[in-house]
Amino acid sequence: MITVRFFAGLREQLGRDTLELPATDTCVREVWERATDGMPMPTHLLASVNLEYADFDAPVADGDEVAFFPPVTGGAA
Amino acid sequence: MIVGLREAAFEPWPLLAEAAQTMGADERAGCGASDVFVGTMRAGTGSTRIVRLQLEHYPGMTERTLARIAADTCARWPIRQLVLVHRVGEALPGETLIVAAVWSAHRDAVFAACRHLVEAVKHQAPFWKREFRADGTAAWVAANTPARM
Repeated sequence: MITVRFFAGLREQLGRDTLELPATDTCVREVWERATDGMPMPTHLLASVNLEYADFDAPVADGDEVAFFPPVTGGAA
Repeated sequence: MIVGLREAAFEPWPLLAEAAQTMGADERAGCGASDVFVGTMRAGTGSTRIVRLQLEHYPGMTERTLARIAADTCARWPIRQLVLVHRVGEALPGETLIVAAVWSAHRDAVFAACRHLVEAVKHQAPFWKREFRADGTAAWVAANTPARM
């Protein structure tokens, strides 16, 4: 299985924080398409694979965790 | 090094004292400079006054990113001690959101390294802020200011 996670405003927009997809050799972009039923990618969307930032062309395999999220806004002032 | 997350309100100063004390006398004697950044929650003014902040993060990736930023900073400058602690959860105005601090032999290294810590966290660590305003509305903070790293 491939675990897919969404954070912050994206999680609220999609109405879910996680889902699982059957494993196939794929890439981040295809995971997005399968997880969102082909929703267009938001501008400035970020992605990670196994807790590291990843390009949309990065490979994804069985057991991987893929996350999608908006630009990060940590820190202060 | 003290690197990590805090889920409840915390005071920066005991953390900084702990970091200084755990250095050991010789190490501390070699430090001619330290630099501290404490970022606190700002309330703003008027109807857009922020009464509460939700700090969401990606557990696992956040800790890993903070650890890497700390390690990168120590590799780039001759740092003898370092603090990098970020708040998560619900925060109120005036509460500490981030503490970044470094100790080194000279001021140039600590100014540059401390600034790097803060900017790297803002632009790399997976935190998201949601502001709850006095007028009852709430919104995710859309983007950070450009990096000055």
